[in-house]
Amino acid sequence: MARKILTEHINVPGIETFDVYRKQGGYTAVEKALKTMTPEEVVEEAKKSGVRGRGGAGFPMGMKWGFLAKPEGVPRYLVCNADESEPGTFKDHHLMKSIPHLLIEGMIISSFALGANKSFIYVRGELLYVVRILEQAIEEAKAQGFLGKNILGTGYDLELVVQPGGGAYICGEETALLESLEGKRGNPRNKPPFPAVKGLYQSPTVVNNVESIANMSWIINNGGEEYAKIGIGRSTGTKLISASGHINKPGVYEIELGVSVEEFLNSDEYCGGVRKGHHLKALVAGGSSVPILPAHLIMKTANGEDRLMSYESLSDGGFATGTMLGSGGFIVFDETACIVRNTWNFSRFYHHESCGQCSPCREGTGWMEKILHRIEHGHGSMHDVDLLVDISKKIEGNTICPLGDAAAWPVASAIRHFRDEFVWHITHPQEATRPGAVYQGEMALV
Amino acid sequence: MTESPNLVAFTPERLEKVNEIIARYPQGRQKSALLPVLHVAQEQWGWLSSEVMDYVAAILSIQPVEVYEVASFYTMYHLDPVGKHVIEYCRTGPCCLMGGEDVYGYLKQKLGVGAGETTADGLFTLKEVECLAACGWGPVFQIREKYYMNLTNEKVDEIIEDLSK
Repeated sequence: MARKILTEHINVPGIETFDVYRKQGGYTAVEKALKTMTPEEVVEEAKKSGVRGRGGAGFPMGMKWGFLAKPEGVPRYLVCNADESEPGTFKDHHLMKSIPHLLIEGMIISSFALGANKSFIYVRGELLYVVRILEQAIEEAKAQGFLGKNILGTGYDLELVVQPGGGAYICGEETALLESLEGKRGNPRNKPPFPAVKGLYQSPTVVNNVESIANMSWIINNGGEEYAKIGIGRSTGTKLISASGHINKPGVYEIELGVSVEEFLNSDEYCGGVRKGHHLKALVAGGSSVPILPAHLIMKTANGEDRLMSYESLSDGGFATGTMLGSGGFIVFDETACIVRNTWNFSRFYHHESCGQCSPCREGTGWMEKILHRIEHGHGSMHDVDLLVDISKKIEGNTICPLGDAAAWPVASAIRHFRDEFVWHITHPQEATRPGAVYQGEMALV
Repeated sequence: MTESPNLVAFTPERLEKVNEIIARYPQGRQKSALLPVLHVAQEQWGWLSSEVMDYVAAILSIQPVEVYEVASFYTMYHLDPVGKHVIEYCRTGPCCLMGGEDVYGYLKQKLGVGAGETTADGLFTLKEVECLAACGWGPVFQIREKYYMNLTNEKVDEIIEDLSK
């Protein structure tokens, strides 16, 4: 069995309550950090751990903390990004509803490290029931002296606020999230200034993902160096993977970074293989925005090496033959899945979720959706395939925030690896629009 | 500032809740309470009429337009009257892989309405939404705070019958 850092106790009955969580060793890391360490020492452990942002960007958390400006007399804020909305990703949802105190404990340690006395957990609005679970956990922790004024008699004060969103994928982008937290539309801000200098209420702010923060208890209890021994290379520690699609056992799994894609997909400890009687056609490894790969390229790199579940291995080969770990949204497609239909679906998602601020994204996502819709419905022309690639290139890199890239990559990669399937839809409209029809041309299934 | 502030008012319990929410933020940052307060308002009235939004603006000491622009940006706020139960059905890729489109077709047929419509008896409004972060348990829909997961036609029958009682 692989080592578990976040989910070791997740199935203990009653783990959502303070008492049970405490009995499993919960909050000892808060005691250790607040009573025996300086904030700088806590930051140092985060740096040593090498833990990288688990929301998708993969930026080292300790280094991000190091950028926080500390002008005299100005409050600093920690904001937890719990706006999990990337299609294929549901790990933070699972973690927060099952073991809320792990996040609360991580928030206390991280806020202490950053010198924040008021911290926020911004939860996507659809998860109002999770908001209530977190608020309950906060009440319990407060009653036990782990939150509020003079925590554990150390003189450190911290108030935690859980903030629900209103339904908008874009608020997962950190500056859009801050706008939303200020009670505004979720329009991403131009950078610089970065949140570390001017964030919430124009004050220095760190925004971290739920899973990133949840790692802090283990890191403080065991040391950053121990954490860095888990995983592979610069992909240290464990990662929660949300597994969905055509597999035998969908769900959230904690892996040690570096396990092979083959093992993750086929082992009974994890996905349990592609559903019975079917074969792997394609896979999205890191949430809907990362490039989709055909079966042979997700199992092995272009050099024939085993593909591993790590930041580096998944991106091996660049976008020509590789993809990204992203948020760990692992979506599996068997031979019954239509790539054109799925690409249209994802494209509709990004069109719907574009905030409308930047023209390339606002207009481009709509054009891509419209073109994909006509190809899928038998009205495409051969010119459309190259037109899609052209539009995707004009969106990518030309917007304030990464939503433009996120919208461009699924389309560009689907055409890169499954062009024949798009062409078939155009040349065989009658066949392709029959209910349940799927391209049966040559492709390598695994 | 508001045209009819006396026509709408939070219940005493909700007003207390709203004041507790406003107190969470630093002095002068009460606009931060807007999204959570709109959820409370929607809980009370079911949807956000312009009277309700004006009332919220007055409570938070902000301009009505600041409320309108937020309420119209975020998908969870209903700007038109809705039925007793709003079914928010996930239409995104991973749920579709699990047969989400077929179950959706069945649900539409069963209710006799399409996306954005309300049944004649006013019981159900159907809304299509994007990913609800429950992809491993798809197909999924949500009614208020509750998630209904691993949907099948049979489960849809049970849920609708249960909520129709």
